[in-house]
Amino acid sequence: MAESRRADPVRVALVFPTVLGTYGDGGNATVLAQRLRWRGFDAEIVSVGIDDSLPELADIYVLGGGEDSAQTLAVSRLRAGALTRAAGAGKPVLAVCAGFQILGESFLDGSGAVHPGLGLIDCRTDRLPGERAVGELLAECRIAEVGTVTGYENHGGRTVLGADAAPFAAVRNGVGNGDVGADGAIQGSVVATYLHGPALARNPALADELLSRVVGPLDPLDDVAESELRRERLTANRRARATGWRRQWRPPARQDS
Amino acid sequence: MTATRFALARSAGSLAAGLSRRTGRGDGTTIGGRLTLLLDPTALAHAASDRDLALVSGTNGKTTTRTLLVAALSTLGPVVSNSGGANLPTGLTAALASDRVSHNGVLEVDEPFLPLVAAAVRPRAAVLLNLSRDQLDRYAEVARLAGIWRDALARPNSPSIIANCDDPLVVWAAMVAPEVIWVSAGQHWVADTAVCPACGGIIVRRDSGGWSSDCGLSRPAPDWTVDGDAAIDADGARHAVELAIPGEVNVGNAAMAAATATLWGVQPDAAFTAMSGIGEVEGRYLTATSRGVMARLLLAKNPAGWIEALSMLPAGDCGLVIAVNARAADGRDPSWLWDVPFEVLQGRFAVATGERSRDVAVRLRYAGVDHVRVDHEADALRIAGRNGPVEVLANYTAFQTYRRIVGDG
Repeated sequence: MAESRRADPVRVALVFPTVLGTYGDGGNATVLAQRLRWRGFDAEIVSVGIDDSLPELADIYVLGGGEDSAQTLAVSRLRAGALTRAAGAGKPVLAVCAGFQILGESFLDGSGAVHPGLGLIDCRTDRLPGERAVGELLAECRIAEVGTVTGYENHGGRTVLGADAAPFAAVRNGVGNGDVGADGAIQGSVVATYLHGPALARNPALADELLSRVVGPLDPLDDVAESELRRERLTANRRARATGWRRQWRPPARQDS
Repeated sequence: MTATRFALARSAGSLAAGLSRRTGRGDGTTIGGRLTLLLDPTALAHAASDRDLALVSGTNGKTTTRTLLVAALSTLGPVVSNSGGANLPTGLTAALASDRVSHNGVLEVDEPFLPLVAAAVRPRAAVLLNLSRDQLDRYAEVARLAGIWRDALARPNSPSIIANCDDPLVVWAAMVAPEVIWVSAGQHWVADTAVCPACGGIIVRRDSGGWSSDCGLSRPAPDWTVDGDAAIDADGARHAVELAIPGEVNVGNAAMAAATATLWGVQPDAAFTAMSGIGEVEGRYLTATSRGVMARLLLAKNPAGWIEALSMLPAGDCGLVIAVNARAADGRDPSWLWDVPFEVLQGRFAVATGERSRDVAVRLRYAGVDHVRVDHEADALRIAGRNGPVEVLANYTAFQTYRRIVGDG
């Protein structure tokens, strides 16, 4: 089998989980590593602390969602350049929600101030005009092998893509980027989305797509549990679309903001 | 005039609650409280007047700490309290309006409602346990809740605060209050306090339990400290904490309750003795038998709570049910399952159930935990119980299902 030719473990860098891990997205690294191990590869998750330098030699980089204050901290640490070099070298980068926003040209912090992003994706994020986007998200991924993607979105950002970025998926249910019916972005080796769930647990085809870019074509796995979950969520999305979005109660806004 | 209006509103609410109970629609506290508040918007303040109240809030441990504090204050006489998770203004109004006798009271309050409730009932004390990720579809961000608390506690006439000094979010919220008793009650889940709520910098934690941020925010010196199964009070006296309910976390909750009870003049030893009689808390930690299967119920609603619940499992063999729903009261997004270190269950066999059992099954598969998925909660209990007693770990509404299955509530 092809996998036996690789001597080193495949390294999955989980970028700043303490600040970019509020919505369970650390699970994306777990999914990547396990799907390699089940196929006989040696895999290792490198969990990168906010004060650690990002490993140059990882094979895949994953970033998740976080709170506003965490975003500015995370992007300040990423300016050291390792992620930019990794993306430049064509290594897969999966960025979710806040992780997506900070890889763009600019994003807003909690007070509404504009911050420069890392510039790996040609996009800008400001605020969604209405309510925060909270609920199931269903979309068609532009990567044919991935197909329909499902997850849960929870963000107040609106992301407008520039000419160099392609949408990751076309939204069928939910909000996504909040612009032209798109969710996420693809630019070079960077794949970005607003899907939580985590995205790779709900969409194992996306996990395998990213992994195949590292280790080559992969044998299929017996994804019975994942398929059952996907069927259930597709049904739930159909129901949500039929009944419309119900407004949910939210805590009062702070008086000073 | 206002007194008459309140009396009428209270009677109407009580009537509605009774009707709701008799027609089997619920326990009636919400509908009764809602009607009372509708007829008299000042009813909550009115029902609280002339009482000595303590409020209890935080992501985890509200109900348990409230129950422990009620036990401690009951050494002084009757205590009014809210039960059944009715911790919104409607439930609080109903609880207070239905008890005209008790001078002392303990109310657990849903976190974002703490400012509103504190302004209405003017409590003597407020107990702030912890803040961590929970129901993010509702709250979006944890730090926001800390900000809401901080704004309220900075106002004049703030109550005495009893706060967990091991939680940076709680400290940042509580430090603006004029009078705070700091309790080192512990915090195992630290993933929501990596970033300083004051400056956005990094919070550095030390093995000693201390923590600090570059801006100067740091752990206040504790007045009370938990040390294993003991609590050391503000005078340095050591008290054994012998609880019937399990978990290190509950020793911390008991210390918070005892520190609060001292404001009422209850001596710590008397408080802890009273608490030792609590064997279960609204079904939590309850051991009961259903169709020949002995089950213990453990509630876990969010990653911080799951870590505590997983630590309560017996070391040896036992049946295991993991039940998860994602209704409004649970939070609609179960992505948090991936924040829970289910890998600690490797080598055990688990039965996944609940309305989101498929999410649980996928999570257990990736955690390397042998499991089966079962649609119905009662079947899950039976299957898990084939070889002996079962530990049931369930989130909020799934837990209520299991209380009904074992005939409790």
